[in-house]
Amino acid sequence: MATVVGSVMTSHVPAIGRAIAKGLQQDPYWKPFFDGYPPVRRWLAQAKPDVAVVFYQDHGLNFFLDAMPTFAVGAAAEYVNADEGWGIPTVAPIRGDASLSWHVIEQLVADEFDVTTCQRMKVDHALTLPLALFWPGEGPPPVRVVPIAMNHVQHPLPSPKRAYALGESVGRALATWDADVRVVVVGTGGLSHQLDGQRAGFINKPFDLMCMDALVDEPRKLTKYSALDIVREAGAQGTELMAWIAARAALGGRVSKVHSNYHVPISNTAAGLLALANDAPLSRAA
Amino acid sequence: MTSYNDAFSDIPGTTVFDATQSRLGYHLNMFCMSLMKADNRAAFKADEAGYLARYPMSAEQRQAVLDRDYNRMIALGGNIYFLAKIGATDGFSFQNLAAKMTGVPEDRYRAMMIAGGRPAKGNRSRSDPTR
Repeated sequence: MATVVGSVMTSHVPAIGRAIAKGLQQDPYWKPFFDGYPPVRRWLAQAKPDVAVVFYQDHGLNFFLDAMPTFAVGAAAEYVNADEGWGIPTVAPIRGDASLSWHVIEQLVADEFDVTTCQRMKVDHALTLPLALFWPGEGPPPVRVVPIAMNHVQHPLPSPKRAYALGESVGRALATWDADVRVVVVGTGGLSHQLDGQRAGFINKPFDLMCMDALVDEPRKLTKYSALDIVREAGAQGTELMAWIAARAALGGRVSKVHSNYHVPISNTAAGLLALANDAPLSRAA
Repeated sequence: MTSYNDAFSDIPGTTVFDATQSRLGYHLNMFCMSLMKADNRAAFKADEAGYLARYPMSAEQRQAVLDRDYNRMIALGGNIYFLAKIGATDGFSFQNLAAKMTGVPEDRYRAMMIAGGRPAKGNRSRSDPTR
C-alpha cells in the first residue's frame, strides 16, 4: 500500500524562476522568501517521497481558451516544459507515474469527476518551480509526478467545495494504491494577489493567514467560500488557493505542521509555504 | 438575465475573465499566445502592425496593443496571463505591467508592494463600510 507522507503547499510566481536563474536567493529582496525552504527540504529528505501528486494551474502553456478543461489529469511517462514567453529558463522533462495517474483517474471518474485525461501534456512554471524550490540544483527532481491541472484562467471556476471533493477523491485513490511507494501531495499557487486592473497589488494578509491556519486543523472551513468570495478576499488571481485546498483534502485526517512561511511581497504576490506531515500515513481506510 | 460577471461588480478595480470577456478577447489572446515562440516575438517586433493583421482582431484591439494600453486590452477581452507575454516581449515584468495599469511609476508600485501591498481595507468590496 502507498504511504502518503504529507503535503507541501507553495506559491509559484514566474519571478521565482528568474530569481533562481540569476542566483538571487540571498539578495535582500528574495532572502525572506527563499529562507523558508530549507526546513521543508530537510523534511522531504527524511520523508523520501517517490511520487509527487501536484495540484496546480496551467497558465496557457498546455491549455488555452480553445479547449479549457476544468480538471485535467496527466497520464504520461514524462512531461515537458517549454518557453512560456516570459523569460524563465526551461527545465528538462519531468518523469511521470502513468500507472498511478490512471489509478487516480479511475477513482475520480468513479467519484463522478468527469476529468480530462492527458497522455501528452506540457507543464508550466506552476509545476516546475515548486519542484525546483523543494529539490534545488542541476539534477532532475527525485520524484515522479502526477499532475492535476485545475482551471484558474477562465471563469466560471470550480468552487472551493468542489476543489476539496476533488482532493478527497485523489486521497481515496492513494489509499487504495497497491504499490510500495511514498507519496507527497503538492498544492501550488497563491496566496493573495491580483495582477490586473486598478486593484493590482491587492494583498489580504489576515485572510491568507486565516487560510494557512485552517488548512492545518479545519480545512473544511474554507469550503464555505465561493470562487467569487476568493476573488474578493484574495484577489483576482488568489483563486489559486483552490490547489492548496485540494492538496489538503487529499490527506484527509489529522496532520502536523512541519513548517510554514509567509512573506510579502514576491513581485505582486503574498508568498505562502506550508508543509504538513500526515499523522497516519498508512492507516487510512480506503 | 444577469451575467456571471455582474456578481463581481461589487469588487472594485477588477475585471473578471468570464465567458463575456473570453469570447470578446479570443483572438487578442490568441495573438498573445503566439509570442511564446522566439521567432514570432522577433516577427512582431520587426513589424507590429503587420504581425497583428494576421489575427482577426478588432481595430480597437489592435490599437490597444500598439499603444500598450493594458487596461484597454483587459476591457477588450485580454487576459493578464496572456497579455503578460506582450510585456515580456518588450522586456517588462508582471510588476511593471501592474504599475502601468494602476497609473503609478514602477518604483512607487514596487514600494507599495514592499510596504505590504494594496491593503484589503477599503479595497475588498464596494459595499465595504470602511471604503
